[in-house]
Amino acid sequence: MNKKRINGYLLAGMIITGLMLLMMLIGAFHTPFDPNAMDPTSKFQGPSLTHLFGTDNFGRDIFSRMLKGGGTTLAIALATVTVGAVFGTLIGALTGYFGGIVDEVLMRLNDALTAFPSILLALLVISLVGSGKYNVVLALGLVFIPSFARVTRTAFAGLRDVNYITSARLMGASDLRIMAVHMLPNTVRVLLPAITIGFNNAVLAEASMSFLGIGVTPPDASLGYMLSEAQSMLSRAPWYALTTGCVIALLVFGAGLIGEGLQKMDREVAA
Amino acid sequence: MLEIRDLHVKFHNRDREAVAGISLAIRDGEIVGLVGESGSGKSVTAMSIAGLLPRKQCDLAGDILLDGEDLLHAPRSALRQIHGRKIGVVFQEPMSAMDPLMRVGEQVGEVLRIHTKLTSAQRREKVLEVLAAVELPDPEGVYEKYPHELSGGMLQRAMIAGAIVIHPSLLLLDEPTTALDVTIQAQILELLKRLNAEKGISMLFISHNLNVVRKLCRRVAVMQRGLLVEEGDTEQVFFHPQHPYTQRLIEAIPTRHGKETV
Repeated sequence: MNKKRINGYLLAGMIITGLMLLMMLIGAFHTPFDPNAMDPTSKFQGPSLTHLFGTDNFGRDIFSRMLKGGGTTLAIALATVTVGAVFGTLIGALTGYFGGIVDEVLMRLNDALTAFPSILLALLVISLVGSGKYNVVLALGLVFIPSFARVTRTAFAGLRDVNYITSARLMGASDLRIMAVHMLPNTVRVLLPAITIGFNNAVLAEASMSFLGIGVTPPDASLGYMLSEAQSMLSRAPWYALTTGCVIALLVFGAGLIGEGLQKMDREVAA
Repeated sequence: MLEIRDLHVKFHNRDREAVAGISLAIRDGEIVGLVGESGSGKSVTAMSIAGLLPRKQCDLAGDILLDGEDLLHAPRSALRQIHGRKIGVVFQEPMSAMDPLMRVGEQVGEVLRIHTKLTSAQRREKVLEVLAAVELPDPEGVYEKYPHELSGGMLQRAMIAGAIVIHPSLLLLDEPTTALDVTIQAQILELLKRLNAEKGISMLFISHNLNVVRKLCRRVAVMQRGLLVEEGDTEQVFFHPQHPYTQRLIEAIPTRHGKETV
């Protein structure tokens, strides 16, 4: 276990995700065309060297829109996962470590949250606070908390009676120190895959929310919003739906490979 | 220094008391052995000294005094100060007693981090000192290693180092050699003897292995079904056991000539 060998899954996932990230990052500062600039003279153009992914019904450059929109989707997904992971881990850590009545109350609340279909719950939040990208993060973040809380709770509860935790307690370590210094690092190996899976779900959830029109609002573009635009011109500009769909698929695929690779690495270490 | 007076422990989910009124004293610099079969209450006794019993799930009665301070009924916050600082504990399984993701040196020095205001450089110095004191070769190298990179015997030495780095007055050893093979066992016993002689740390050594106890302890107490059935000078107990249970325990020790009757 001295040298953690990076396996094929992880490598491929990192390359795909890295390339996507790089593109979105560049897109945040520079796009070949203004993503919202309309050009009536060049609408419904197929992919070419000037317009890599073609243009839509307003003559907007799809590649530029994809860079911008992909960035939005990515940012929302990352923020969502962060919100879910931070609060979920916090709740899971407290309930798993202390158990008892706190555990009961918070976990039943958790169950109640899980009982709603996630899109419905997000819809509820959106209808309360309105749409827009920050509210999407809020809504999806809330939806994502229970799964992280559950994963962390299980890990913490399992670690509670492990010898080295008992040992730390005997040394007089405080609860906070035990949780932060000993338990959290030993939980990372189950949290990391959960985070990559969560990221995937967040990308898809954002896309479906924007597709349904309850996500980002114009002039912000996101991959889901673009996909819903593309739907109306599927016959005139099939490349629009195709390229946008492929980008979503690649994002999810890359993160999925990373998750798979991490789990594989963990198994190899354990063996 | 450690005085157990009429200790009773009863778990809520059991009918019988796990510890049914035992009294035992450990004097300064003494090594006392506590022997008995599984379920005799020896580990529960140790756990009550270490404050590891779930208080909500058992009834406790009696007193445990360490240098006059009550360990059994003190609030958790007060206990946190006593544990680690005055009592060191070494468990049976060295492999699982260390955090797999923390360097050995940091774990040995953790108790210093919690209870003292030493700088990290001072802590490091102390840890290297104590790693050398438990006869670990290449203390500098061991300091940087992770637990899985050490053998069981080395880890147990490191655990002992972590237990004594802050100079506690009492060391609780719960079957510290049981998981080790016989040659390593002997080395660890020698080490404990030497630490006792040089640093004057008192020890309560819990074991089901009478031979080990005989090598290490001057005084031995025998437990059966939650009661202390015999207590006294080790040689005395071994050669002239008074209680029938002790006699049977000693008869059960395998010898070169088959079963010997005492």
